[in-house]
Amino acid sequence: MPKIVIQKDRCKGCLLCISFCPRGLISVDKSLNKRGVRPVKVDTKGECLGCALCALICPDCCIEVFK
Amino acid sequence: MKKIFSYPKSLKNVPTHYCPGCGHGIAHRLVAEIVDELGIREKVIAVAPVGCAVVAYDYWDFDCCEAAHGRAAAVATGIKRARPGNIVFTYQGDGDLAAIGTNETIHAANRGENISIVFINNAVYGMTGGQLAPTTLLGQKTATTPEGRKAGSEGFPLKISEMLARLPAVKYIERVSLHSPQEVIKAKKAIKQAFLNQVNNLGFSLVEVLSACPTYWDMPAKNALDWIRDVMSKEFPLGRIK
Ligand SMILES: Cc1ncc(C[n+]2csc(CCOP(=O)(O)OP(=O)(O)O)c2C)c(N)n1
Ligand code: SF4
Ligand code: SF4
Ligand code: SF4
Repeated sequence: MPKIVIQKDRCKGCLLCISFCPRGLISVDKSLNKRGVRPVKVDTKGECLGCALCALICPDCCIEVFK
Repeated sequence: MKKIFSYPKSLKNVPTHYCPGCGHGIAHRLVAEIVDELGIREKVIAVAPVGCAVVAYDYWDFDCCEAAHGRAAAVATGIKRARPGNIVFTYQGDGDLAAIGTNETIHAANRGENISIVFINNAVYGMTGGQLAPTTLLGQKTATTPEGRKAGSEGFPLKISEMLARLPAVKYIERVSLHSPQEVIKAKKAIKQAFLNQVNNLGFSLVEVLSACPTYWDMPAKNALDWIRDVMSKEFPLGRIK
């Protein structure tokens, strides 16, 4: 099944990836990252489409997509 | 399982100083992907602007040169004429390209220099604190137009792309936007075309990129993208101009 990997410590918490994931798999993490930002996390049990919409819109290249 | 999306080789693996949701990050990535895909990393020379992207050379992993504010098209002209085998492009904001650099931009276009320009239109001066730019929309509040831009005192949003398109020596102009993943794909295609035109010696190419500045538009990142879609792209229509 396709999946994404988020580089947590790069994330600036802009939340754009959340807005564009058609499956609603991305949400805000509870703990802070190295930058002092609440990064996003992915629901690894959800069915990722591998569509890369989240990665295409991320301004900080935090997301890798595997298919 | 194959990795189908990751960090382009031509982008250094360092965090950027851009604000959360800033369009410069996406535009930098697109340029780096295109340089990788065209296999021109050893040949490309970027000319960085003055503006928020002033340190683009800290992020791109290929040769870069810095120009004084607004002078990027003149600097790129010099580099390209001295080294015609290199692929030379400028990356400039609206303040840089369409205010202080109007002169250099128009004359480089009018000479049909064989260079490529990535023009980031975010409708404000980001680096200096969100002042009015030539591309600020009527009614848009900025640090220097707290009650909104008025045509009577500040003039109309300057459509530099449409103006340049009238010059006979200009080869290619397109306006794109970074407000959704689908538009990001189209933006990449247009910027790639501008680079390919230079590879094929076709002459002056410019891509205007509508890009979010959530900080000085005073909006969350997603609202800034929606504002491009619903408001800004009505004033600056997307598509091929020439
Ligand atoms: C000769 C000169 N005049 C003015 C400035 C101040 N200045 C720095 S960046 C800038 C405008 C940047 O706006 P823009 O080109 O739209 O880029 P952005 O920061 O929005 O990406 C100005 C006026 C300067 N650095 N040098
Ligand atoms: S690849 Fe598509 S489905 Fe998977 S997390 Fe990203 S946006 Fe959601
Ligand atoms: S788009 Fe990128 S920077 Fe923004 S929240 Fe998602 S992973 Fe973080
Ligand atoms: S001020 Fe605006 S253009 Fe500059 S980094 Fe921040 S969001 Fe980007």
